[in-house]
Amino acid sequence: MAEMMQFDLVSPERKLESCKARAVQIPGAEGDLTAMPDHAPQITTLRPGVLVVEGEHGESRFAVTGGFAEISATATSVLAERAYPAGPDARAALQAILDDMRAKAGSASGEEKDSLDKGVADLEQVIQTIG
Amino acid sequence: MPSLKDLKNRIESVKSTRKITKAMQMVAAAKLRRAQEAAEAARPYAEKMADVVNGLAASVAGSDTAPKLLAGTGSDQTHLLVVMTAERGLCGGFNSSIVKIARYRAEKLLSEGKTVKILTVGKKGREQLKRDLAAHLVAHMDLSEVKRVGYDNADDIARQIFAMYEAGDFDVATIFYNRFESVISQVPTPQQIIPAEVPEDAEAGALYDYEPSEEAILEDLLPRSVTTQIFTALLENGASEQGARMSAMDNATRNAGDMIDRLTIQYNRSRQAAITKELIEIISGAEAL
Repeated sequence: MAEMMQFDLVSPERKLESCKARAVQIPGAEGDLTAMPDHAPQITTLRPGVLVVEGEHGESRFAVTGGFAEISATATSVLAERAYPAGPDARAALQAILDDMRAKAGSASGEEKDSLDKGVADLEQVIQTIG
Repeated sequence: MPSLKDLKNRIESVKSTRKITKAMQMVAAAKLRRAQEAAEAARPYAEKMADVVNGLAASVAGSDTAPKLLAGTGSDQTHLLVVMTAERGLCGGFNSSIVKIARYRAEKLLSEGKTVKILTVGKKGREQLKRDLAAHLVAHMDLSEVKRVGYDNADDIARQIFAMYEAGDFDVATIFYNRFESVISQVPTPQQIIPAEVPEDAEAGALYDYEPSEEAILEDLLPRSVTTQIFTALLENGASEQGARMSAMDNATRNAGDMIDRLTIQYNRSRQAAITKELIEIISGAEAL
């Protein structure tokens, strides 16, 4: 059996997942990365994306909108601002956030607009992936 | 001496009051359980967040590039007091205990010549502070429509505070809320949120690789950490409010019970006295014949 590490996914309101995982794909702000046991300790911020967890009982996917991940050799914790298990519910919730963000991007300017535009693009991608 | 009819009415009215307080107690107990669950569910996130921020802050502290939320504005002239209370009363000393420590702090700061601004969350605190500190109230967040506090509510409050901070409206922000210990004990707690307080013994998180840089992550995390602290405070407050209401209503129910007992004795005595009086009248009437 492959080596396992502790994986926790928490949002401010509740704990979504806590299990043993073989590997976790994380949508980092500077690019995707996969955390596996014995990964070098790292902290990274997240962009809107899909989190793929290879656990004991198969693969589970979560859509996250931002937050950060703490990776150490034995455990990975993802603190997501908002997180939804992939499914129709997630799609609807994300669509609402996307619309909200689009409206904001429309009225923003400069650097703020850039980051919002990037958020919009990331979210669109997420919705396509899980839909 | 109240008549028998009066006493009977009185007993009936206290009985219905007891029914109401009993019902409120049971509702509060149910809500308390839910509020406690919510507070517990939010704890892992808040703890992890505090860990990471403290580790980062300890390693960045002292450098010139430290974000403003951590380093402060370099002055402590203007203080923002965020007073978090309930939207409803009938919960014992819950609201007044928060207002008391906030008022004490405000008076202390004013006597030191500082400027005090107050942001109230919850109607009850505003009502009490309006009496003597009305000139210092700058904003109010209304949560009366909110059935169940969520992260979004905390986010709204945090946004308002950040906007004021960006505009240079204050230098130091402190939140006041009731920390939930148990049903009978809630501790009014002041907590400084801006600039972020780093515990003395926080270890620099030197072990970690940061992506992007430490400063960039901190810049991103500090506002979230403030929001999380506000969210935690809201949840603790929610649980405390229900706990305080539960014990207040328990007392009220018991008092009503005692009062009913007392009134019933008085009623029976008066009834007995009336019967005795009538008997005496009949007997003395018969003797006179």
